[in-house]
Amino acid sequence: MNKKVSLIAFIIFSCILVSTALTLRPFGEPRSTEMDDHIIENAQNETGANNAVTSVVFDYRGFDTLGEATVLFTAVAGVLAVLRRYARE
Amino acid sequence: MIYNIPYMASAILVIVGLYAVLFKRNLIKIAIGITVLESGVNLFLITLGYRENAVAPIYTNLPEGTSIPEGMTLPVPQALTLTSIVIGVAVLALILSFAVKIYQHYGTLDSREVRRLRE
Amino acid sequence: MNEPSKIVKTIASIIFPFITVYGLYIIVHGHLTPGGGFQGGAITASGIVLLLVAFGSAEIAKKIKESHLSILESIGALSFISLALLGLSATFFYNFLAGSNFIFGRIPPFGSNPGDMNTGGVLPLMNISVGLKVIAGLSAMVLALALFARLKRGRKGVRKK
Repeated sequence: MNKKVSLIAFIIFSCILVSTALTLRPFGEPRSTEMDDHIIENAQNETGANNAVTSVVFDYRGFDTLGEATVLFTAVAGVLAVLRRYARE
Repeated sequence: MIYNIPYMASAILVIVGLYAVLFKRNLIKIAIGITVLESGVNLFLITLGYRENAVAPIYTNLPEGTSIPEGMTLPVPQALTLTSIVIGVAVLALILSFAVKIYQHYGTLDSREVRRLRE
Repeated sequence: MNEPSKIVKTIASIIFPFITVYGLYIIVHGHLTPGGGFQGGAITASGIVLLLVAFGSAEIAKKIKESHLSILESIGALSFISLALLGLSATFFYNFLAGSNFIFGRIPPFGSNPGDMNTGGVLPLMNISVGLKVIAGLSAMVLALALFARLKRGRKGVRKK
């Protein structure tokens, strides 16, 4: 009974996904690009780097990189705490 | 309809990953399903920022004749995808370390047998 | 389990410096070419994992200790935070080195140019600290996973190394 319900829900969800993928906007025409045009034009003046993606990651959106570094640090601490070896006497 | 192939590929990846998470019993297969699901979401996020016949938004040795804002792809979805990939690596590392610990304690990796809270 | 043959050990020792130089190149040139801290750190960590697979975890555990790796990772994280706090005269995460003539402060000309290493502001220093953090973190995770597998249990509840 549980397997039948989950199978029917999975088939309905996959039909919704496929129909959404077929009726989205055509690939290659983004809807609104004012923020990205401003970033591409002024990235060399304000940050002094040739790479617009790195200047977005570290300068325009530095808080997201701070959160990501925290998540990586927490994951390493969690793995090293779970897989600990210790010798008792 | 032939131009929506990247969206179709992302939907197929999400469907395959969801099938592996829902209907498989081995813990390692569930971990693989989570990774495939996360790859599908990353692919969808990065195909949202493409323009027709555009190059990467990097100014070092640009090819001749690219117009400066309209000839480059959008840089913000690429930055968000970078963060998402690193978070996926962190989640996969924690899942695998828990699977190693469960196997050492229970002796099996079947997800129907490891559901007791106390040994 | 037999230890790996001589061919595997020799080829892994030959190819390890090239992988390290390539990974460090991608970290340091993060503000000129595609790449950056996270990508270059993953490449260098995969070079260390190649050594771990070729030589066995018992030999590598004598050379690389986990306490050294955790010190390296903490240095990377603390330098990232302090670089963000040093620009606090205007705002948090302010790029205080771009435009000044201190160390990385040239502004490149607009448009296509061959890259100059002197540009970038605070971005190359942040790339280096994040790359150090990723290298130490990923190597420590794989080393812990490999060393846990060769544990032997005596009585129930007592583990010997």
